[in-house]
Amino acid sequence: MIISKKKPFEEILEDLEGDDKIVILGCGECATATRTGGEPEVAEMKAALEAAGKEVVFTEVVHTGCHELDVKRILRLNKEKVDQADAFLVLSCGAGTQAARAATDKHVVPGCDPLFLGNIQRSMDFLEKCSHCGACVIDDYGAICPITRCAKGLVNGPCGGTSHGKCEIDPEMDCAWVLIHEQLKKEGREDKRTMIHGPKDWNVIRRPGAVVERGPDKLKMGSEK
Amino acid sequence: MGAYRNACNSGKFVVSGEIGPPKGTNVQTMLHHIDLLKDKVDGLNVTDNQSAVMRMGSLAVSGEIVRRGGDPVFQTTCRDRNRLGLQSDLLSAAFMGITNVLCLTGDHPVVGDHKQAKGVFDFDSIHLIQCCKKMNEGHDWAGNELDGATDFFVGAVVTPESDPLEPQMYKFARKVEAGTDFFQTQAVYDMDNFQRFMDKAREITAGTNVKIMAGLVVLTGLGMAKYMNRSVPGIFVPDALLEEMGGVPKEEQLRKGMEIAARHIRFLRDNKVCDGVHIMAIGKEEIVPEILEMAGIIPCRGAA
Repeated sequence: MIISKKKPFEEILEDLEGDDKIVILGCGECATATRTGGEPEVAEMKAALEAAGKEVVFTEVVHTGCHELDVKRILRLNKEKVDQADAFLVLSCGAGTQAARAATDKHVVPGCDPLFLGNIQRSMDFLEKCSHCGACVIDDYGAICPITRCAKGLVNGPCGGTSHGKCEIDPEMDCAWVLIHEQLKKEGREDKRTMIHGPKDWNVIRRPGAVVERGPDKLKMGSEK
Repeated sequence: MGAYRNACNSGKFVVSGEIGPPKGTNVQTMLHHIDLLKDKVDGLNVTDNQSAVMRMGSLAVSGEIVRRGGDPVFQTTCRDRNRLGLQSDLLSAAFMGITNVLCLTGDHPVVGDHKQAKGVFDFDSIHLIQCCKKMNEGHDWAGNELDGATDFFVGAVVTPESDPLEPQMYKFARKVEAGTDFFQTQAVYDMDNFQRFMDKAREITAGTNVKIMAGLVVLTGLGMAKYMNRSVPGIFVPDALLEEMGGVPKEEQLRKGMEIAARHIRFLRDNKVCDGVHIMAIGKEEIVPEILEMAGIIPCRGAA
């Protein structure tokens, strides 16, 4: 799930300065779950923009906001309304906002700050556990990712900033390395506790990542030649 | 050159001090501290944007210590440079006559004064240690041959009061395995705890020539001691020391802190607990010679 948070309304108004007619797009997946771009949030934003003197010409919560064909289809079906718009306000992660970018040449404004890929621990309680590094190594770490869950992404053990099992940058946050050692101990995998890991290959995925070919047995990265 | 390595290899009780580069171009106080200490200690650490606070670079200041006849311990963190930058600076260090390198992870940018900076951490401290060793053998990290190898004496740090200690000891063991020549510890104040740590550490370093120096940060006042206890991860000042500091008027607390440091140096040396000490006076380096006199490390002024 892509976790996002609402941008301050004043910031959105600033971005929309000079734009009178607005389209608001939400997302039926992540932004709905995180309550930043679902039906209620889109309705709320519509009311707020109207109160601020804007005209909202069209709203839609796209089933999957980052699905570019889906976004294009909806804009095509509502061409008359969206053609009047000066700007698109998108309540979703940056992928959703850029799906709108791909579907229109008009001014596109983000309504949310995308935060991270998060696990839903319970309703509205999200924790980042994976950072899409391109080569999963967590078997060596008791299936707890140090790249993501250690604030420094250290791969060979804790830094000196561990304090009572918590991280130096946030006393509420568990030190990933304490968790990893405890887990490996439970599993009795002493070999994994003692091994030295090399540094990550940060170019497994040449950013921006792209998959250009797909089939039953293959999934080719854009950077693979 | 090589004074610190020679001291470590000689079996004597090794003493190092620390220089914090200035924030700005005014180097007068720093040069004064370098000149004051360079002949009284075996090595002088130079901190690398310590606590993630931007300062003059440890490379340039280490080079200046070489020029002034001292032996710097060039602190290098993984926070601000990727593997290209780190290796390039290591070659520059070798060019400047720097031979001791202390490999650190580095504090996270959010604890420093440029909180929005991107922390690099491409390498961790273990990789940096391994990298120094590779460069000593004439190769860079990627395996390319160097036209001229380095000759680094490679150090690392360990936090004896880390809570929990076990993951820290596993990392310590990896640092030993990676080829670390010497360790300087995070500040220690509880000598019983430190002795227990050293027992565990000696088990890990058995069969090697690894030297371990206790880190001593001089207590400058009761407030500072309480702050360290409360806010600095991996530092524990026991109640007895807090009472000792609090038992004297404020204006005498610095002297009390110096006495405590000297007492700890004597204890560690006389009981052969560790191989030396690394003394950090954090900006008050002018008090270090007197602490060394009080500890009997250097002759008292006027004597000899």
